[in-house]
Amino acid sequence: MLLKAEKITKQFLRESRNTNQFCAVQETDFTLEAGSFAILTGRSGSGKSTFLHMLSGLMTPTSGRVLIQEKEIYSLSDKDLSAFRNQHIGVIPQGQSALYSLNVLENICLPYTLYHKNAHQEEALALMEQLEIAHLQAAYPSELSGGELRRMAIARAFLRKPELILADEPTSDLDDENTKIVFAFLQKAAREGAAVLAVTHETDVSQFADKVFCMKAGVLTEQNSL
Amino acid sequence: MKLANSLPVRNLKGKPVRTAVLLLLTTLLTLTVFGGTLMIISLKTGLHSLESRLGADIMVVPYEATTKSNLETIVLQGATGYFYMDNEKYQKIASCEGIGQISAQFFLASASSGCCSLSVQIIGFDPDTDFTITPWIKKSYAQNLQKFDIVVGNDLNAFVGDTLTFYGVDCHVAAKLDKTGTSFDTAVFTNSETIKALIQSSVDKNMNEFKNINPDAVVSCVLINVAEGYTVEEVLNDINIHVKKVKAIQTKDMISGVSDSLSGIADIISLLIAVVWIAGIIILLLAFTMSVNERKKEFAVLRMLGASQRKLAAMVMQEALLVCLLGSLLGIGLGLLILLPFNQLIEELLNLPFLLPSAGQMLTDTIAAVLVSVLSGGIAVSASAFRISRMDTALILRGEN
Ligand SMILES: Nc1ncnc2c1ncn2[C@@H]1O[C@H](COP(=O)(O)OP(=O)(O)OP(=O)(O)O)[C@@H](O)[C@H]1O
Ligand SMILES: [Mg+2]
Repeated sequence: MLLKAEKITKQFLRESRNTNQFCAVQETDFTLEAGSFAILTGRSGSGKSTFLHMLSGLMTPTSGRVLIQEKEIYSLSDKDLSAFRNQHIGVIPQGQSALYSLNVLENICLPYTLYHKNAHQEEALALMEQLEIAHLQAAYPSELSGGELRRMAIARAFLRKPELILADEPTSDLDDENTKIVFAFLQKAAREGAAVLAVTHETDVSQFADKVFCMKAGVLTEQNSL
Repeated sequence: MKLANSLPVRNLKGKPVRTAVLLLLTTLLTLTVFGGTLMIISLKTGLHSLESRLGADIMVVPYEATTKSNLETIVLQGATGYFYMDNEKYQKIASCEGIGQISAQFFLASASSGCCSLSVQIIGFDPDTDFTITPWIKKSYAQNLQKFDIVVGNDLNAFVGDTLTFYGVDCHVAAKLDKTGTSFDTAVFTNSETIKALIQSSVDKNMNEFKNINPDAVVSCVLINVAEGYTVEEVLNDINIHVKKVKAIQTKDMISGVSDSLSGIADIISLLIAVVWIAGIIILLLAFTMSVNERKKEFAVLRMLGASQRKLAAMVMQEALLVCLLGSLLGIGLGLLILLPFNQLIEELLNLPFLLPSAGQMLTDTIAAVLVSVLSGGIAVSASAFRISRMDTALILRGEN
């Protein structure tokens, strides 16, 4: 079992609405095996991003545990958890995530350079090739389209060959053709041994996935065969 | 990764306008701190130099000198002027009680045109008894001055080997003195033998204010160091009571006007430094806070990619320290660029002795200024660095859409 979430809950305080507490994710159990590709769908505001952030170690759950490779990640120190995320978790966030003072190749190599490791440029270029952005390596993010930026973020998440990939709407601004490319790419990564969880609104991509989950008002359910 | 390509450097390069503004701020901050302290130090060095140039406890001048000619402008500000009293006064003063060292000086102002090369104050000293000028001349010129040898102040447009003519008498420039930052920089010095010849010539040419004066029978002023066991006041009063038509002045009193206005200016500069420094820290604090707010997303992305809280704080800190270091070096360069070539002008504007300190002292001031501004930057950014390390990454990553 690569990823295991035990009864994770996230509550937010919503002072503005005067309803003291709001539960974005409710006591959710979840497991993901190495080599499997899971898709998470659900309406806007249903708690998908919150759930994903808790799995990636960026948001401490109100209660419950998250284990990755048998390690309870929220019991790690910030330093250890950061280093762990750097090496084992590839996160593709919702929205833009480029650093505008670095060019595309440097952006992609960031996971290595952050830890003063030699950037593996050939690997980065190979990833860019697969995502069809190799020709943009020297360009700066401000010169790229939304879809190209998104593919840059995907290449960056994959650079250190993490065992776990968490993608939040990775194709939200891509056309159908590119959406297919990205999902095929995620599927291939799963075939090569990674555990992949992707949040998406696309309806016709379940063919790529091994499992499909649906989030409804903070409650996760697995959707049985299509 | 090499320093030139490290993330903090890339961040600074990637935002040239922001970096330029921060640089400008730290440059101005350092310029004020460095330039200001250097000015205060230079004024103090100048005062010290003036004190040691005067080098005597008491100066005795003819009584008219304190009323008719403006003694202070001659001694302190480098105006030209001269006055004489009978040699007999010197003898009387010398016989007063409590005299340690005593030496006479002779003044003459050269004319501005005709028979003279330059319009300067000429000061003659008696090599046998002098204790104020000789030690200082010895630094530039080890030999004894021969007749018609002169030594020129640092600011004069004359050089060793030149011949200057005063009242038709050719004088040979034997040495040029080090800078003192005082009125002595524009004066010419010579021994009593030479100046007596010059005074005689000025009388012969009918160009001396004092007609029919016999140079061998007069002196201009008498400098005294008090003997051990006596106070300056005692000796001063003794001379003023027992010797007629002369005025004994405590040199410290003469300088007190200078040191008063100096401490006034030093206070103003100190206040300026304090104001600029505090304002600088506040502005830097605001600038860093704003810049961090604007860069939240960038930090969140780095967190997401595995940067620890400490790494982010260190990165922001490094950026700030780098900017401050660079800015402070620029500020110091600018300060030197202003103070070194224009110190003459500053001296004239302030009308105070102004002498740049030694290289060692200057280096200390430089290092102190760099430390102060780098430290200020560090203080200003620390709040932001702390805030970054505490921010909610997930919230920021989510908030973009
Ligand atoms: N930091 C927060 N404070 C208060 N409420 C929050 C916070 N983060 C999320 N929420 C709320 O939790 C709920 C779930 O948010 P989440 O971002 O997980 O939704 P989502 O399923 O990802 O939606 P979308 O498809 O639009 O991205 C929303 O109602 C949101 O308003
Ligand atoms: Mg979302």
